[in-house]
Amino acid sequence: MNRVRVLAVADKEIRSILRDPRSLGVTLLLPAVLLVLYGYAINFDVKHIPLAVYDPDGSRESRDLVEALTRTEYFRLARVLSRPAEAEEALATAAAKVVVIIPTGFAAGLAAGRPVSVQSIINGSDSLTASVSLSYLSAMMQDWTRRRAQARQVPAQALPGIRPEVRVWYNEDLASVKFITPGLVVVILMMLAALLTSQTIVRERERGTMEGLVVSPVTAGELIAGKLAPYVIIALADVALVAGAGRLLFDVPLRGNAALAFALTLVYLFAALGAGLLISVLSRTQQVAYMAALIATLLPTLLLTGFVFPISSMPKVLQAIVQLHPATHFMVIARGVSLKGAGLGVLWPRTAALCALAAALLTASVRKFRKAL
Amino acid sequence: MRRRLRYLMRKELLQLRRDRRMLGMLVMAPLLQLFIFGYAVTLDIKQIPLVVCDRDRRAESRELVGSFARSGQFELRGLVDSPNQLDRPLASGRALVGLYIPADFSKRRARGETAPVQVLLDGTDMNSAGVAAGYTAALLADHARRWGRGGSPAMAVAHHPRVWYNPELRSVNYMVPAVICMILATIMTAVTAMALVREREMGTLEQLIVTPISSLELMLGKTLPFAGIGLVDVCLIVLVARYWFGVPVAGSVPLLFLSAAIFLLTTLGLGLFISTVSRTQQQAMLTAFFVIMPSVILSGFMFPIENMPRAIQWVTYGIPLRYFVEIVRGIFLQGIGMEVLWRQLAALVGLGGTIFALSAARFQKRLE
Repeated sequence: MNRVRVLAVADKEIRSILRDPRSLGVTLLLPAVLLVLYGYAINFDVKHIPLAVYDPDGSRESRDLVEALTRTEYFRLARVLSRPAEAEEALATAAAKVVVIIPTGFAAGLAAGRPVSVQSIINGSDSLTASVSLSYLSAMMQDWTRRRAQARQVPAQALPGIRPEVRVWYNEDLASVKFITPGLVVVILMMLAALLTSQTIVRERERGTMEGLVVSPVTAGELIAGKLAPYVIIALADVALVAGAGRLLFDVPLRGNAALAFALTLVYLFAALGAGLLISVLSRTQQVAYMAALIATLLPTLLLTGFVFPISSMPKVLQAIVQLHPATHFMVIARGVSLKGAGLGVLWPRTAALCALAAALLTASVRKFRKAL
Repeated sequence: MRRRLRYLMRKELLQLRRDRRMLGMLVMAPLLQLFIFGYAVTLDIKQIPLVVCDRDRRAESRELVGSFARSGQFELRGLVDSPNQLDRPLASGRALVGLYIPADFSKRRARGETAPVQVLLDGTDMNSAGVAAGYTAALLADHARRWGRGGSPAMAVAHHPRVWYNPELRSVNYMVPAVICMILATIMTAVTAMALVREREMGTLEQLIVTPISSLELMLGKTLPFAGIGLVDVCLIVLVARYWFGVPVAGSVPLLFLSAAIFLLTTLGLGLFISTVSRTQQQAMLTAFFVIMPSVILSGFMFPIENMPRAIQWVTYGIPLRYFVEIVRGIFLQGIGMEVLWRQLAALVGLGGTIFALSAARFQKRLE
């Protein structure tokens, strides 16, 4: 590989990048926008669920229960209904997601020691909010009962027999931004590869400038090295931007070894660039390359590699398939190094897989490219 | 006018047909997304990987571990001998929860004392961690009750929940309708913009301009085929959702298509607009992406809008995708019609009409 020729190709690519300042601006700005959106706007915690109450009992106890439910940050009292039929309307218009119905005779039953019941209707169309509301409601009613029992001096024997001592590690305050930021680095690198590298070769081909390159003395390896070099710089700038902003704005820590983090980021970057190149070599038009990149790299990274949705909940077959995606491994590595302070001793299987995938993708793209020439 | 428009559209469709891969992508993309969302993207947390350190090793502690393994909510990934060995699986991501049962567990239980167990949670994914904590507490309480001693006081208040619209709480039912929104928003905008910029980049736009085709015809001829493909995609998604995934379509299908057509005004209009401000396909693509990503995140498609800060909630009112997501979910899951959805439809018509009219005006001016 000739250094002068690689630099010449890189120089040409840098010029064409600089000639389009908006595209460059987008690649540098989009990560920041995404981080701010995920950091400030998106809240994974289900809170302030709008709740409507129909309370024909209207007793002190029923009001106390409603107060106990809505005093917390989980529910907010959105509406008090005067007829049961209004429940349907409240749910359909999304004025409330949960309706709690306390029947007449609630207080009287409690006083007489009879079992009493409370009914709730939950809008299940958003299954996450619904299942969370369901468990909150049950837990809070149980809690309310227990506190009443305690207030009336029920023997300790009847209180829970096993006490879970829960300790949360790595993300002690369960802040979603600490979960998201390392994952966002993974997504952004893949996004750059998907949107930028996937266009480099196919653009030359579509515009007819590829012939010019083919007749020049540049070899396939040199061409690819030169084409990738500027994107490596842009990508690293993005990583620095996201990691720095995460640190400054949201206190996202880097508990592991910084050099290790950098080295593994580079390996992942090469895997991502390799994937983008492969798409670029295989596509005939930029439109096709764009869509292929979206489908093969970006969507899976966003949805299947554990960025938001846990892999362990997926079907087993799919869990096996996503192991072939470099982002799956780097997601574990990025979170491991930044939040858990993990080193190679723990992360070596993931690192090995990542290296193998990067090597395979780059080799495949160079080989396919030679053939295409 | 009609004849010229027809020829132009035929050219566009011919071009698409010749580009087999492109056509394949336009059909494959929605199906692939649908399958990903149908099978993989689930916020239901199950099979949580668990490691256990059981120092007690008597009947009751074994039964406790067994009830975790059998629950379906946890998957036992390993047993370790000492509590120090619990941190390695958590650090490597092999387990999310570590359960430590001390040696005096059964003894304390036999004496009727409160027996502590330690639950270690990997809090990295706060969502899964929260759910895992909830499951753990419920399983422990249940175990205590079944093993006789203690347990929560006989529940004086019985909770009878009922779930409407999606009784089994299936994520698929919630996610699949949203795929329609995703497809129309992400793919259509970028592809429309790129198709127009491509003509300019290749220099064929000049040729079109010198023909008797008016700029209005050119605009319609370029956008209508994509509108058609968009509606075919909607058709495809509805059919697969209904007959493959068994997602019920509770509301009116014509209303669904009507609102999809209105929503297409926005995406195609946006595509037109982007094409007027972009010189190269790459620029068009990146600009489209830059506009669409935030609006997907803020549309309430994955993350509930009511959890966002007030200021951001106000911003979402300016995002057409937000209304479309509400309409599609309303029609699919809740079976509500115009009587409830008219507000969202009106907003969509207003926003879509404005975006399309402004972009069309700009597009025509650029051509002259």
